[in-house]
Amino acid sequence: MSDLMQTKPKVKMGEPLVEVKNLKKYFPITSGVLFQREVGAVKAVDNVTFTITAGETLGLVGESGSGKSTTGRTILQLYEPTDGEVLFEGEDLVTMNSSDLRKKRRRMQMIFQDPYASLNPRMTVGRIVSEPLRIHNVMPNKKEQQEYIESLLERVGLNPYYTNRFPHEFSGGQRQRVGIARALALNPSFIVADEPISALDVSIQAQVVNLLQDLQKEFQLTFLFIAHDLSMIRYICDRVAVMFKGKIVELAGTDELYENPVHPYTRDLLSAVPIPDPDVEKQRRRNQAQPEEYLEETSELVEVAPDHWVSKSKAHLAEMA
Amino acid sequence: MGVLLDVKDLVVRFYTQEGVVYAVNGVSYTLNEGETLGIVGESGSGKSVHVLAMMGLIPQPPGKVERGEVIFEGRDLLKMSQRQLRSIRGDQVAMIFQDPMTSLNPVLKVGTQITEGIRLHKGLSQKAARQRAVKLLDMVGIADAKNRIDDYPHQFSGGMRQRVMIAMGLSCDPKLLIADEPTTALDVTIQAQIIDLVKDLKQELGMAMIWITHDLGVVAGIADTINVMYAGMVMERGPIEQVFSDPANAYTLGLLRSLPRMDKSADQQRLVQIEGAPPDMRVEPVGDPFAPRNPWATERDFEEIPPLRSVDDEHPNHLTRAWYDLQEIRRQEAAEGMA
Repeated sequence: MSDLMQTKPKVKMGEPLVEVKNLKKYFPITSGVLFQREVGAVKAVDNVTFTITAGETLGLVGESGSGKSTTGRTILQLYEPTDGEVLFEGEDLVTMNSSDLRKKRRRMQMIFQDPYASLNPRMTVGRIVSEPLRIHNVMPNKKEQQEYIESLLERVGLNPYYTNRFPHEFSGGQRQRVGIARALALNPSFIVADEPISALDVSIQAQVVNLLQDLQKEFQLTFLFIAHDLSMIRYICDRVAVMFKGKIVELAGTDELYENPVHPYTRDLLSAVPIPDPDVEKQRRRNQAQPEEYLEETSELVEVAPDHWVSKSKAHLAEMA
Repeated sequence: MGVLLDVKDLVVRFYTQEGVVYAVNGVSYTLNEGETLGIVGESGSGKSVHVLAMMGLIPQPPGKVERGEVIFEGRDLLKMSQRQLRSIRGDQVAMIFQDPMTSLNPVLKVGTQITEGIRLHKGLSQKAARQRAVKLLDMVGIADAKNRIDDYPHQFSGGMRQRVMIAMGLSCDPKLLIADEPTTALDVTIQAQIIDLVKDLKQELGMAMIWITHDLGVVAGIADTINVMYAGMVMERGPIEQVFSDPANAYTLGLLRSLPRMDKSADQQRLVQIEGAPPDMRVEPVGDPFAPRNPWATERDFEEIPPLRSVDDEHPNHLTRAWYDLQEIRRQEAAEGMA
């Protein structure tokens, strides 16, 4: 335990924990059978800049293919960035040597979408949760480790005696709890949660969200919460960034973004979300902007209200003037 | 308006190597001509399986329709031969599914696939069928339909493919359109477009519709009547506004309370979560299947499956499956809260 306790938060609550600067991740498009050559690139993440402060939950929303998952993974250096900086606790992960990066990795974890695919079916739950400890050589004492794993399982709402069971013996919600316990094992400060509830049944989603929020308070966690469910994002996040085609088009405090959306894409997105209330839903009008309106010189964000950033587009700059 | 579809006590089981799966446990309801019924449930609730069973589309074995009747326009679909069912499917009943890519044949032009059904069921000539197909594609909002009709499925985006499926479904003027999670695989803006399109088409063509989904927001915007399903049973049924404003079943209330609202600020309130996990469908239900997760369940709920009954005399069409009286319990709680 002593080893884990050393990793106390280096960054105070409210100060920048993760600073993403001009991050780019391009995937090459290749052609040819024998002699592969690059004929272009998919700009999955295209010049993205934002900061996550310690203790907050930043939501990253956008439709499939918008680059939100790639952004999360590139921040954690699971993908090598094409360009840009990712400062974590003030140090650039991109230029860091591998042994330093390995140490930093203890402090950054990920929760995955599909609890069926992300747990090794041949490993017991105890091994799955303790694997990060073995990889990073913390808590070598077996008895101590066993007790710690049991306490973690209990903390995420699982029976501590489940350590010898296999993933297939669990429901989707329980598996996601196992994934959360694994992410917590090294006492991280930053967690990228990539669609952590979208594969779960509706009646289980609230359980997992409540658990994540309780854990955030207890362990002073900072979240990058990636999702396409805009209702859940509003509930769970302090600030929200909207992505479209690899770029952030709008970034603001949650209530500000939902009440005063400025970018045409954000407006379309919000007006499209169904609301579970027939009286509201039957009277709603949907926005339908043209996709060409979405992206017009969108690499730079301008501040339209305090801490409310919108990508520059001639159309609405004219509108705002 | 007359009754178009009358489902009576439908029971479906699957006999698998791991044992019997009790998929559908006595589902009964009616659907009127021109009505839109939203069926809501989680995975394993039987919402899709019972509809597939109705249309003769579950593999038998391992599936088996144990009992029940499905009266469509006076005839029992469950007693029909596959040949008779085929003439109903795609003609009087059209179905669209979640994944439009797997529902379309990738090596056939879209036009060929639409005209095939029209020619089979309506006996039109190749030329007349093609004209109708172009008109249908135009109607579902595919620009330049005259040329797109000769494209292959992969040349369409996901939303456009679902539009093609809808055009195909509508090609024979069905009396009933069954949509099984048709927008679940689509992005939210595309989902909104498809929902608006289907609503407009329904208005125009006057068909009845069954819309199966796990999304309470989607049914809220589209359905006249809602069936809430759990563990292969209809737990609550009624006019959509009534079920949402005054739910009479603990499962429905639990779902509505656990959902955050996009149009409301979070105010740092905890979500009201439903405890426990969905039931194991390999166990034959003996009582109210939601009882183990329901704080208001009575002893009787654990022992005896409650019938689907009217909430009260004033609301004969609002039904709940419960031995407890949720609305009375909530009235008392509200009164205690005031005191």
